Amino acid sequence: MLIDISGVSHVYAGREDPALTDVDVRLDEHRIGVIGANGSGKSTFARLLNGLVVPSRGKVRVGEWDTARDGREVRRKVGFCFTDPDSQIVMPTVAEDVAFGLRRRGLPKAESAARVDEVLRAYGLDAHADHAAHRLSGGQKQLLALASVLATEPELLVMDEPTTLLDLRNSRMVAETVAGLPQQVVLVTHHLEMVADFDRVLVFDRTRLVHDGSPEESVKIYRELMA
Amino acid sequence: MNGALGLYRAGTSPLHRLPATAKLTGLAVAGAGSVLVDTPAQTAAFVASGLALYPLARVPVRVLVDMVRPLAWVLVPLAVFQVVFIGWGRTVVLVGVILALVLVANVVTLTTRTTDLIDVVVALCRPLRFIGVDPLRVGLALNLAIRCVPLMADLAGEVRDAQRARGLELSPRAFVVPLLVRALHRADDLGDALAARGFDD
Repeated sequence: MLIDISGVSHVYAGREDPALTDVDVRLDEHRIGVIGANGSGKSTFARLLNGLVVPSRGKVRVGEWDTARDGREVRRKVGFCFTDPDSQIVMPTVAEDVAFGLRRRGLPKAESAARVDEVLRAYGLDAHADHAAHRLSGGQKQLLALASVLATEPELLVMDEPTTLLDLRNSRMVAETVAGLPQQVVLVTHHLEMVADFDRVLVFDRTRLVHDGSPEESVKIYRELMA
Repeated sequence: MNGALGLYRAGTSPLHRLPATAKLTGLAVAGAGSVLVDTPAQTAAFVASGLALYPLARVPVRVLVDMVRPLAWVLVPLAVFQVVFIGWGRTVVLVGVILALVLVANVVTLTTRTTDLIDVVVALCRPLRFIGVDPLRVGLALNLAIRCVPLMADLAGEVRDAQRARGLELSPRAFVVPLLVRALHRADDLGDALAARGFDD
């Protein structure tokens, strides 16, 4: 899916400083990484992609949709995974959370139940189907958040630092899962090894897109910026 | 936390298989019928009926004990107060009826998925559409309320630990302010998550 961002700047309501400044980029690669320091604009950039943030200036098009005008259609096609899975898990039990988005989309109950079983099996959560979601480990919660998004079969998955709160083992588990996804993925991360084999990596610094290239070049430039 | 909150426990007992509507109707009948309980003997029978549902639902005794234990914080002071003012007989009836109703309500939530309970509420709210009530929105609000109980308990635990670490155990402000700030942040995040999952209308 082609993501076309042209002349985008954004200032959050009640703030004076921009969160993002003059971003122009077209993305259609399968794996796109986004790296940068805290406050550099990465998360705002990620949120532009499914219309959670509508830019103050400029245009964001995802596929054939304008995120400002067609927010609902965009969100049907673009799944979003947040840093803290506790903020994303809405239902009390694991299976119910996966079913949550499906029922909203009008899937019949039987079809929804079959899809839930399939997704839970695919992400190794089937043994926890009826467990309270808040009792899962951090990695399992992030996998549940991911499974709940993927159950709705988005074409593009945007992930905003999905491993930041996880330990090494859980980070690896999530990274391996993401690596195996058939979807186009935009991954915002501080874990640079996660983007090592990506097709393209964007570097943000002080609200601007300062570099756009291969993982090796981008990580090198990011390290220089942080030195 | 799961047991104490009386959240759903997977199972195949006769009570698990009973439709949510039937269980909620039973709960409503028990609530309405409780006004007829008038003597300690009737109260004992009412409590025993509530307890009898647990083996029927195949709920372990440990879960029952975990669930009833926090109730003591309410029932014991209430009983002491009532004994002083209205005497033993009425106290046994009052406290017993509350205990029995909580037992019945808990067995309903233990054997029924939250989504099934919410579906019943949504169906009950459907006639209210004519006065502008959105049944799905009511269902979602209930879902979120149930989901937020463990989230808030976790937040409160973390804030209390931070309070202790800074030696501010006795400062209510050191507890309330960060708890409120974090709860509001969490609410914002949850709002974004709902929008991202298609609940943005």
